[in-house]
Amino acid sequence: MLPDQSVPWNSLFGRLSLSVLPLGSSPEDRILQYTFLGIAVIAVAALAFTTRQRKWGYLWREWLTSVDHKKLGIMYMILGTVMLLRGFSDAIMMRAQQAVAFGANLGYLPPHHYDQIFSAHGSIMIFFVAMPYIAGLMNYVMPLQIGSRDVAFPFLNNLSFWFTVGGAMMVMVSLFVGDFSTAGWMGYPPVSDIRHSPGPGVDYYIWALQLAGVGTLLSGINFIVTIIKMRAPGMGLMKMPMFSWTTLCTSGLIVAAFPLLTVSLFLLSLDRYLGTHFFTNGGGGNLMLYVNLFWIWGHPEVYILVLPLFGVYSEIFPTFSRKPLFGYSSMVYATTAIMVLSYLVWLHHFFTMGSGENVNSFFSLTTMLISIPTGVKIFNWLFTMYHGRVRFTVPMMWSMGFLFTFILGGMTGVMLSVAPTDFLVHNSLFLVAHFHNVIIGGVVFGVFAAINYWFPKAFGFRLDESWGKVSFWCWLVGFWLAFGPLYLMGLMGVTRRLSHFEDMNLQPWFIAAAIGAFIILLGILAFLVQIGISIRRREAYAVGNDPWDARTLEWATSSPPPDYNFAFIPQVHERDAWWDMKTRGSRRPLEGFHDIHMPVNTTAGVVIGAAAFVCAFSLVWYIWWLAAASFAGSVAVLIAHTFNTHHERAIAAAEVNHTERAARWDPTAGGATA
Amino acid sequence: MSTPHAASARPSFYCREDPGVENGSVIGFWIYLMSDCFIFAGLFTANAVLGTSYAGGPTAAQVLDLPGLALNTALLLVSSVTFGFAMLRMARADKTATLAWLAVSGVLAAAFVGLELHEFATMIAAGASPQRSAFLSSFYAIVGTHGLHVSFGILWLIVLMAQLGRTGFTATNLRRLQCLSLFWHFLDLVWVGVFSYVYLAGVLR
Amino acid sequence: MKPVPRQHPEEASGSVQTHSGTLRGYLTGFGLAAILTAIPFWLVMGHVIQDRLLLILLVLGLGAVQIVVHIVFFLHLDTRSEGGWNMLAFIFTVVLVVIVLGASIWVMYAENANMMPMAPAAMPSTTPSTTPGS
Repeated sequence: MLPDQSVPWNSLFGRLSLSVLPLGSSPEDRILQYTFLGIAVIAVAALAFTTRQRKWGYLWREWLTSVDHKKLGIMYMILGTVMLLRGFSDAIMMRAQQAVAFGANLGYLPPHHYDQIFSAHGSIMIFFVAMPYIAGLMNYVMPLQIGSRDVAFPFLNNLSFWFTVGGAMMVMVSLFVGDFSTAGWMGYPPVSDIRHSPGPGVDYYIWALQLAGVGTLLSGINFIVTIIKMRAPGMGLMKMPMFSWTTLCTSGLIVAAFPLLTVSLFLLSLDRYLGTHFFTNGGGGNLMLYVNLFWIWGHPEVYILVLPLFGVYSEIFPTFSRKPLFGYSSMVYATTAIMVLSYLVWLHHFFTMGSGENVNSFFSLTTMLISIPTGVKIFNWLFTMYHGRVRFTVPMMWSMGFLFTFILGGMTGVMLSVAPTDFLVHNSLFLVAHFHNVIIGGVVFGVFAAINYWFPKAFGFRLDESWGKVSFWCWLVGFWLAFGPLYLMGLMGVTRRLSHFEDMNLQPWFIAAAIGAFIILLGILAFLVQIGISIRRREAYAVGNDPWDARTLEWATSSPPPDYNFAFIPQVHERDAWWDMKTRGSRRPLEGFHDIHMPVNTTAGVVIGAAAFVCAFSLVWYIWWLAAASFAGSVAVLIAHTFNTHHERAIAAAEVNHTERAARWDPTAGGATA
Repeated sequence: MSTPHAASARPSFYCREDPGVENGSVIGFWIYLMSDCFIFAGLFTANAVLGTSYAGGPTAAQVLDLPGLALNTALLLVSSVTFGFAMLRMARADKTATLAWLAVSGVLAAAFVGLELHEFATMIAAGASPQRSAFLSSFYAIVGTHGLHVSFGILWLIVLMAQLGRTGFTATNLRRLQCLSLFWHFLDLVWVGVFSYVYLAGVLR
Repeated sequence: MKPVPRQHPEEASGSVQTHSGTLRGYLTGFGLAAILTAIPFWLVMGHVIQDRLLLILLVLGLGAVQIVVHIVFFLHLDTRSEGGWNMLAFIFTVVLVVIVLGASIWVMYAENANMMPMAPAAMPSTTPSTTPGS
């Protein structure tokens, strides 16, 4: 069926009108009004601060139009952190509702609102927290680790970032202008079809994800080509650091998987806008096809999320055990095996959809198989620590928290891989606990490990240790308190996504879970305090190029690295190239510099990203003229950009000389001073 | 901890001259084409699953115009070959001939798109619209997506011809031609799948 | 857009030289493709073979062969270009596309078979039970 003709529409504003804004007096509207006020206050303060400091030009020149992988990496991390706050406030709201809504008490969130919250929570956490975090880490670290000056396509890198921001803005705007989707983060029809979700919610979801998907796909291509073409001389693939290996495999998965998400959402949008019958109940449509296509993307996606963090752990364990990574080759093979196998398991997300015993058994077996290479990696990390001289720095603590948490989460995954078991706990809180277990234990802990590890490199001063440890313990304890009860309730049969319960016996568990979520909140606040205090004490916390006495090439340049990364591209001989350089007495040359050519900034990325956002917003609200105009505009700007031949600027040898001599350089333990 | 090697010459750990970095546009574009393969794989899957869901409406045999398909296929195949001729002329640095063959390819592709739009209009007028059945939805989606790709290819071709006319065979323009060539042939390759599976096999199912 | 000075424009990317085909190559490819197109059209439009399944397999098989023709004669894919990465990416893609298509068809067929609506008389009887939780 076609969109509802009874909704008011005019050719200028489409379906936009004042009635879609939360201007009423219902509790729901009040919550939104206060939230908007809060955000507005923060936004105005930020704008005022920037204006007072006269930093607009600086912001535009140094950050927004930058094509530098380091700047973009940092901006991705900031985006992920901001969206973490939004996604986590959704989580707190849900925990609060589920802790009180029993029997006669309906809680404070009506179902329609609750449904938007869990849909937004999942969508935000996956697409606008986890994906930006890994994009940020891969962007920042990989080019440095392979000894290159930038990624293969710097302009596309900038464009990818702004597409991701556009998607995030779609989700943020949906909070105040209209509603978000109530169909969950997966958007299954029939709930997501035009009949059951006639409003703008699912359209916001679709276009936010499509924008983010474009950004991610371009990044994937970018990283693959960078690794293929731009490794330092002598760095064969089997000498490349593990984090760069996982970047390569993650990017391969991105290229292979994201198009399936694009297709799934595209066909869903055709159903919604044009009344086609891909996933409808009548007209020959097949709802199960959506689930199938979605999860062909969905399962590789979770490996896209976790593989980069596996790479992070593969850097952290060796550094803080003072030993090379155990079993490097098997790590590489395990990673590539995971990459291929992740494409053979997707049906385990819908064992209960009625595929029958043959299909279910096949995918059960493949799901069990894929736990093996992950197990190999875990044993390699453990063997790396064994007989090493372990230092319990904050990154190491996060990594060990990961080992404990993720292994248990993986085990519940193997439980779920047994189809008959899954029949009992599918879509229960057990499932919810499992995937939070592996995502928080694997991805989130890894992100915090990575931030603590590489922050000194990026900013030239380290993060406060004490607040880092507070954050870690709050997250570790909070996580288990928040999700342990969910495992138990899932086994008792409690379904996910419910906003109200009749069984009072469940309430103590939900209260415990709410306390756990609150402790995680303290962990997040501690993280923010850690950042703030470290900035305040940055003089005292200043570091040189290699504060951790680490092993890979990103530590072979100053902290923060200069724009050009390396004055002289390193010549690689062994794995753990920087460790090799230190132990064999390499000396950093301080003369003989050349001019270095770097790419120039670009405004086209910001403009095209903004136009894409306008196009997506117009499509949500059926403002056809604006959608067409903004689309045409973005194509026109892209074409105009291709006529621009001024791509490079030269950094003069004298400036390189000055930068290199001014850099703070650590006397490296275990080797001659460089 | 180890001491630096004393007697043997220390290996060089820094490149005094910047090592040249090979341009990655062609492999990068190839990888983009591989991602496009997955888009079409998803659409082919939809067609495989929904291809006989006629919902009481027109079947493939009733509504698909095979003679028109034959003409369209020929147009696209010839345009692929003429693009190859353009690339051969480019290797000889013959700008005029390159532009001429590119123009021929563009016209043929435009004819392809035009014929396809005409086919759609005819089908819709006869009641075989995308909304009629899941089979028709999947047909229009895959054929339409392919046609959209061809249309963007034509737009790119026009822009590239303008750039070639303006600045000639610069390294950048050569790389772009190379990428467009890959795109052009790739779309013809996908069309083989479309006419074989969606049209011919579809008529037989 | 590169940070490092490039090679000479004429050698822009070595792959331009290695990729460009020959006139004979394009014409051979064209001839083969034309034949491989004409045959299935003739088979279908001329109702030459009665066995539908065989006809479908033939059409698809000829299509697959023509795809290979395109890859060899038009796209010039070989194990040398881009240090073998073109071929690797291609093989990776083909394997995964085969998995996606094959497994999806299998899965959807199985689901359609198991989940088809049954006539009321054939429905298994269900005894009402209290649902846990709520």
